Amino acid sequence: MEPPPEVVHWMFGTGFVFLGLCLLAETIVGREVWRRRSWRRYLWPSVAFLMGVLMWPVMVFYTSSAIHMLAHGVWAQAMMLAGAAQLGLARGKLKNILWELTVPLAFAVSGGAFLIHEQNPWLFSRAAFLHHALGWTALAGAFVTLGLFARPRSQIFGAGFALILLTFSFLLFCDRNVAPIFGHLSPLAGGR
Amino acid sequence: MDAELVQERTEVRARQRQSRRHTAVSALGPLTALAGLVWALAQPYRITLLDPDKHGFWYLVIQPPLLVILVGAVFHFWVVPGLLADLERAEEEAVP
Repeated sequence: MEPPPEVVHWMFGTGFVFLGLCLLAETIVGREVWRRRSWRRYLWPSVAFLMGVLMWPVMVFYTSSAIHMLAHGVWAQAMMLAGAAQLGLARGKLKNILWELTVPLAFAVSGGAFLIHEQNPWLFSRAAFLHHALGWTALAGAFVTLGLFARPRSQIFGAGFALILLTFSFLLFCDRNVAPIFGHLSPLAGGR
Repeated sequence: MDAELVQERTEVRARQRQSRRHTAVSALGPLTALAGLVWALAQPYRITLLDPDKHGFWYLVIQPPLLVILVGAVFHFWVVPGLLADLERAEEEAVP
């Protein structure tokens, strides 16, 4: 009794809404206040890591082609790497600040995977449109988090990071198994 | 006298900025829930519970607008109270 693919996308979208809210709150109150309670320090890295772990069953059960499977595997690894590095930094086990670069790296790799594995143009289908949109959003996320690495106290980059994740959730919630995009659905994608 | 006035004004400004942060954090959860509610009203067919006979288990359990409302509520009731308490404490410590 597997959930349909669109339902799985919505579940991940829910995770991204929560991550976005946590990061937005952290930006508003400041990192020092956010980290006053240890459980809160680990909250968003744990959620990111867990989402990476949960991406593996998605890769196994929901992918219908090699390139699709590879893309899901890349997203799983990218989220796990970023989440684990942030957990290590929050715990103090990782000392080198360069580990922060795992977040922009995860965004860049994920964005690349989105754009490379989607072989159809933007308006071919809703899935194609969303893959392109998600890919470019992830690449924008790479630049924003790179900015956050350079200026960790910047509220603009902090809020930008949160908004990138909220955009991710919005796009994932837009996913449907078969549906037109802007009224257009290619006959090859199931349209008449 | 001037020094006292300057200090008072600085404190008032600091309190205003702090209360803005307080308001902003308090508003995140309700605004998220409101977004979910607006979405549910805009696309009522997404609320599958209104028509339970036509849908299977997963579509009845996973309804995006309700999930958004749920996330807003969880964030507001689980994360925000402790965060506001810490924010207030940090603000009190910051005021000389």
